[in-house]
Amino acid sequence: MEALVSAIIGLLTAAGVWLILRPRTFDVIVGLSFLSYAVNVFLFASGRLAPGLSPIIDPAAQGYTDPLPQALVLTAIVISFGMTAVLVIMALGSYLRTGSDSTDFGKPDDGPDTRDAP
Amino acid sequence: MTPYLVTPIVLPAATAALMLLLARGNLGLQRALSLISAAGLVALAVHFATHALPRAEALGDWPAPFGIILMADGLTVLMLGLVAGLAVVVLLHVLANGEDRQGAAFHPLFQFLLMGLNGAFLTGDAFTLFVFFEVLLISSYGLVVHGGGAARLGAGVRYVVTNLVGSTLFLIGLGVVYATTGGLNMADLAGKVASLPPGDHGLIRVAAVMLLMVFAIKAALVPLQVWLPATYAASPAVVAALFAVMTKVGAYAALRFGTLVFPDSAPAIGSLYSSLLLPAGLLTLAVGVVGMLGAAGINRVAAYAVIASSGTVFVALSAFTPQAIAAGLYYMVQSTLAVAALFLLADLVARKGGRSGVVAALFFAVAIAVAGMPPLSGFLGKLLILQARWEDAALVWPVVLTTSLVAMVALGRLGSDLFWNGATPERVAPATLIAPVLLLGALLVTTIHAAPIHDILTRIADSLHTPTAYLAAMEALR
Repeated sequence: MEALVSAIIGLLTAAGVWLILRPRTFDVIVGLSFLSYAVNVFLFASGRLAPGLSPIIDPAAQGYTDPLPQALVLTAIVISFGMTAVLVIMALGSYLRTGSDSTDFGKPDDGPDTRDAP
Repeated sequence: MTPYLVTPIVLPAATAALMLLLARGNLGLQRALSLISAAGLVALAVHFATHALPRAEALGDWPAPFGIILMADGLTVLMLGLVAGLAVVVLLHVLANGEDRQGAAFHPLFQFLLMGLNGAFLTGDAFTLFVFFEVLLISSYGLVVHGGGAARLGAGVRYVVTNLVGSTLFLIGLGVVYATTGGLNMADLAGKVASLPPGDHGLIRVAAVMLLMVFAIKAALVPLQVWLPATYAASPAVVAALFAVMTKVGAYAALRFGTLVFPDSAPAIGSLYSSLLLPAGLLTLAVGVVGMLGAAGINRVAAYAVIASSGTVFVALSAFTPQAIAAGLYYMVQSTLAVAALFLLADLVARKGGRSGVVAALFFAVAIAVAGMPPLSGFLGKLLILQARWEDAALVWPVVLTTSLVAMVALGRLGSDLFWNGATPERVAPATLIAPVLLLGALLVTTIHAAPIHDILTRIADSLHTPTAYLAAMEALR
């Protein structure tokens, strides 16, 4: 269980980091989504993995799993979802206005991106 | 009756909501509400400052450390006052130049930004700090692209991407902190980190460095400063003037974590923060002034001045001694005001009448403050920092002194470029001069009353260095 979860977190993070290092907004947005999935699973695991246990008070419960990470993950999911939406809109607006979807920090007077799409 | 600690968060949030519900399209009403809210925040900061500190409050009456608590100590109130005062001045400038006509929802975004800033300063809970960081960031995304245009959108996207990566790091850091210690309340973490078993020292150090990286992105510390010049130079100058205080959120968070949660006295941490922050601060200062020298245009010079100011603050703070913290706080207050004034002048220069003699005189005074020349408070701040870093004089003194000289050259060149280029003098609208003059007045006050201000800051620094009162305020809520 631990090995599977940590492997998944590692895989998601690796994919996310590789994608955000690409110079195009679409790749970067997908990469950020991967990273936020990795973070969500990671936060979830920070309260220890306890399958089949209840997070809320229940007279019949055998034991409890830590409820706090679940609340944290919920907050993190909502925030990253909203942020991704904002980023998509801004990236789209920027692409339509400038004709460039580069995410590199260039000179202030960068013209339209003339590089070929991959 | 004492207002709740949550008031500085609720007031701008309610104002923003009210504007969106009732005052859409009614700019006059929005302006009035915005100013009332900002003035209210100033009054609240003054009220907190004149009453007993530190104060703690449990939200929803949940006992600490399980519920979220709000904490106000001297540092919090200082930051609340700085933000509120700057907000009033920036709003006055916006009223004068009509920047808020350039796009929708300037004032609601402005209020949400104030809400996020105040929340970040007031919270005593590490995860809530993350939430308020996101609140202030998402409003800043809107403000960066206020008025639209290709350059702003392009810079805005890069700014958002940088900060989203920062938020991800923040969450990972908090996850590690929670997994290692089982807590997220900052005062509670102080005890838990201090008594960690040696097997967990490596993990908590990783978390400490990850959180420091997040704060370094916010504070634009080298090598995480690349986002700042492009963003601040492209965003509207009035917005950038308010953003001058946003890098200070990073400094605030690093100071809070470095003194409370990850202090030198904790065996797991040792001198981790100070050993990382000193070289980063010196490099940031150097990169900032070299950027000022190489930058074209007053907006970019001002943006690099923000980086240099951030670097200077961290050179002082990284010692984590009461004397150095007091010096850093003094420089932080004065440089925030000075850089904000520089951005407001950048706004004047870009408009009709900006090349007049009055603006040139104001620029001269503000340049003195930014470069840290006598007689203004920038000089006193740098002097205090040099004094406080006497033990590392061989490393710190040459960098601080040389960078001051380079900053002076850069600002001198910018001034002659702007005002001695043979253009016919124009007349400037007097209303647009109010805000820069107010900031200059505030700089004069910090110069003339340097001794009493420094005494107050020394008391704040002492209480940060030995946070017994802060911890006791949290314990009372258990």
